[in-house]
Amino acid sequence: MREAASALAPAPGRALKNVWLVVLALFLALPWLGTGQYPLHLIIIALIWSYIYTSWAIMGRLGMVSFGHGAFMGIGAYSVVLLWNLFGVSPWIGAVAGVSLSLLVALLIGYACFRFRIIGHYFALVTLALSEVVRLVIIALRDHTGGSLGITPKPGLADGASANLYAMQFSDRTVWFYIALAVWLTGLVLWKLADQHPSRRALQAISEDEDAAASIGIPVARTKLGVTLLSAGMTAFGGVLYAQYQFYVSPDTVSGIAISLQMVFGAIAGGMFVRLGPTVGAMFLLALSETLRILIGNEHHGVDMTVYGALLILFIIFMPRGILGTLLRR
Amino acid sequence: MLELRSVSAGYDGFQALSDVDLQVRSGEAVAVLGPNGAGKTTLLRVISRLIANRHGELLMDGRRYDAMPAWDVIGLGIAQVPEGRRLFPRLSVEDNLRIGAYLPAARGKVASRLDFVYSLFPRMRERRLQLAGTLSGGEQQMCAIGRALMSGPRLLLLDEPSAGLAPVVVQSIFGLISRIRAEGYTVLIVEQNVRQVLGIVDRAYLMETGRMRTSGTAAEMLSNDAVRKAYLGI
Amino acid sequence: MESVFDIFLLEAVLNGLLLGGLLALLSLGLNLIFGVIDVVWICYAELIMIGMYAIWWLHVGQGLSLWLAFPAAVVLVGLMGMALHYFIIRPVLAAEPINQLLVTGGVLFFLQALATVIFGIDFRNLGVRLPGFSVGDMYFSSARLLAFAVALAAIAATWLFLRRTFTGVAIRAISQDRSIMPLMGVNPGRIYLVTSAIGGALAGLAGCLLVLQYDVHPAIGLSFGPLTFLICVMGGLGNLIGGFVAAFVFAQFISVGGFLFQLEWGYVIAFVFFIAMMFWRPQGIFARSGR
Repeated sequence: MREAASALAPAPGRALKNVWLVVLALFLALPWLGTGQYPLHLIIIALIWSYIYTSWAIMGRLGMVSFGHGAFMGIGAYSVVLLWNLFGVSPWIGAVAGVSLSLLVALLIGYACFRFRIIGHYFALVTLALSEVVRLVIIALRDHTGGSLGITPKPGLADGASANLYAMQFSDRTVWFYIALAVWLTGLVLWKLADQHPSRRALQAISEDEDAAASIGIPVARTKLGVTLLSAGMTAFGGVLYAQYQFYVSPDTVSGIAISLQMVFGAIAGGMFVRLGPTVGAMFLLALSETLRILIGNEHHGVDMTVYGALLILFIIFMPRGILGTLLRR
Repeated sequence: MLELRSVSAGYDGFQALSDVDLQVRSGEAVAVLGPNGAGKTTLLRVISRLIANRHGELLMDGRRYDAMPAWDVIGLGIAQVPEGRRLFPRLSVEDNLRIGAYLPAARGKVASRLDFVYSLFPRMRERRLQLAGTLSGGEQQMCAIGRALMSGPRLLLLDEPSAGLAPVVVQSIFGLISRIRAEGYTVLIVEQNVRQVLGIVDRAYLMETGRMRTSGTAAEMLSNDAVRKAYLGI
Repeated sequence: MESVFDIFLLEAVLNGLLLGGLLALLSLGLNLIFGVIDVVWICYAELIMIGMYAIWWLHVGQGLSLWLAFPAAVVLVGLMGMALHYFIIRPVLAAEPINQLLVTGGVLFFLQALATVIFGIDFRNLGVRLPGFSVGDMYFSSARLLAFAVALAAIAATWLFLRRTFTGVAIRAISQDRSIMPLMGVNPGRIYLVTSAIGGALAGLAGCLLVLQYDVHPAIGLSFGPLTFLICVMGGLGNLIGGFVAAFVFAQFISVGGFLFQLEWGYVIAFVFFIAMMFWRPQGIFARSGR
């Protein structure tokens, strides 16, 4: 009797899961549902930024708050574009180069900081300086990088073609949608894998009390370095995607303190301790700038940043756990 | 001069003082005795308004002051030498003393007060420009007492002045406190060193687990069985 | 040919010296705030920018004499410093340090954007041309020399204030033991406000000196903000003397590096030097113990 009754009424957990599957299916089919080009563009951009903010938060949530991830994004972005423009090297290889270079920089700076116990304010300021230095190097190499004006990748699409896999250039937004979606999902998977990795407990201990962790034998510097390299590499790849999709990079849009702060804000606004938090943050920021653009128009590009800055202040004071974090009480 | 009536105070979920009555009359020297955790330091913090009391009244010269912010209490003439000296380690001895005279009413008298303090503690004058963190324990205690005197207080609170000091040094500290008392200051001392402190005060209170157990003149306390058993090892 | 090279190198070194004075002023304000309140004002350079805009607006826009515009800017940014502390920093003082960094980061965006909205992105010039002068083959700007002199005077005045006045002693004491300050009649909140006002006023003064040499635009804070942070970290965050020395060291890297290569490389070299220093003395060359 009881079994029959429970079979008739589906468990609430199962119903929720079904809803999620439907939403996911709809989302996957988005380009085919008559979504306009501009909304699709917004979604792609949202996914790329979500991935980048997630990459930042993977180490940010562990007390290693970097104000310099713009450095990695910038290295990734400019590596692919420069290698393609100057040497015709495929951005796929350029991506490997960019990520590798970012890992090297992260290794050097990370080792210097962690080995010598540079944390908190000091760490934030050192990473901030790093992102600025990368920005300055890009500008200083102006003969090759175009300086402050930025550069675009050399067009690689043959007449009439909509895709060039070798050049990582696709004019069809649908393709970019699935690429961005795949990368975003990969970021979430990496987050989960990082959580399941044995070092996760050690990192938690380190973030709470580094001295205590060291005293019980945790190799602090090495452990921190691991997640730092992951975060840097992921962010660099985000830079690669951004460059190839937007088809334009400049020192201020992919490196420097402004971008670094944006990453931090985005992750925190959504809630950096929650896996989907940075995604929520990216959506929020995008919704914000689009709303302002609709309300105020395109001329006053200072107003959205004014609101942005004011919101950041209010968020930190009143909602330090971010939107999702506050909702989930985490 | 100072009076506490039924004062209760505590920290999150922990009652440190319960229903405490205390009186200090002008010109007196009074001690508060008791074991660790009896609430003696909390008592002094409440008097200086570093902690707010939950119940009861604090009165100075018959007027209530239990709503006053902590930084105004010194204006009433109450100065405290906190537990552990608490000097500013990277300031010079003289700067530590000078900040004792931060009170606007005391600022004009800095020069004469410094002279007075240096006359009480000649060694301080020698070490004027030395960083306070480099002084010995006894010297730091002298400096801390000097700092409290710089504001020209009427009531001097001392929280365990003998703590962590060698016996010889403790003797000289108590000698100094006697001298200060002789200069006319009213003194309230919290101490664990029962024998020595009873030698220089008029009256004493005994506290245990946040309550006043007993009180009396110094002589009475010395012969009080409870005091003798617990603290004098008899 | 050899002597020509030397003279211009000397010119770069001397210009570096002059620059060092200005950078020392910048780092003084930031170090003071951090040393006392334990907060880094990420938006410090933006406060300076506001000061510069205020002077430009008062002088070029409203025709006010510079002799009035300069003090007005100092007072304005001093008040802004107090407001920054009271309304924005105080609520997050008890939270994790990252929150304090972020909240001032928000102010950075806000001020930059505000300046863009009000003044636009064009470079604004004060329209004041101070003459240059030559010493042999070396050319110096008197604006730079003036900035150097005023900066040093301000640093000396601040130093005297901290040493001699009661409030100054309280400011120096509060970072060493905050909880007993009330025992001496010191209201810690008020000391923080005074310190914030001084930090702001120093930023306003820096704005006065900078506006004589550079055009102001909303992103100008990025030109010297990160540099100021580096200087303070290298001198030991909160260490006033360390910051002073580090400012001159960095100024030499920038000036000589910029002379030998391009301007931006000077910064890069300074940063590389900084990283190298970290391996040698991680908490800054003159760091206070316990920080």
